[in-house]
Amino acid sequence: MSEVFTKIKGHIESNDVVLFMKGTAEAPQCGFSSLVATVLSRLGVEYKDINVLADEEIRQGIKDFSDWPTIPQLYVKGEFVGGCDIVKEMYESGELQALLKGKQISS
Amino acid sequence: MAIEREKLNEMLQAAFQDAEIEITDLAGDNDHYKVEIISESFKGKNKVAQHRMVNEALRGCLGDQLHALSIKTIEK
Repeated sequence: MSEVFTKIKGHIESNDVVLFMKGTAEAPQCGFSSLVATVLSRLGVEYKDINVLADEEIRQGIKDFSDWPTIPQLYVKGEFVGGCDIVKEMYESGELQALLKGKQISS
Repeated sequence: MAIEREKLNEMLQAAFQDAEIEITDLAGDNDHYKVEIISESFKGKNKVAQHRMVNEALRGCLGDQLHALSIKTIEK
């Protein structure tokens, strides 16, 4: 496994909820990243934000790792949940809340 | 970089032959689109798998010719 994959794996294994995003939770740099960050904070979920703009290796690496072409990317308990469209849709339908509850993420 | 709506529609229709496809040009610049695809081929697949199918159909375009694409998949 490449070094960057090991690094990414480390993040998603040591944090229950990880958001790979452009910018930080406090200062998102992209509307799509901002939307997912807002959903998570509205649900009161604690999450680890990884700013891909601060790490060019992760910026490309996470796309290869997830086989997903865009940022943001949300991981819950090591499992890829989706990007902005999916998170938004799941939040509106209540699926996201159910998934978090099922994985015993307190909110 | 940008992509024509017709070209986008062509690529999606080729990949999802039964599909009803609705394309919205969000910013009027041929660069930010929203696509809604209703197809039988999404049946039994989760959202990530469904979106992967769309990404696959547009491989080479997304992130290169196309800046932003919002995807909505619906099972027919």
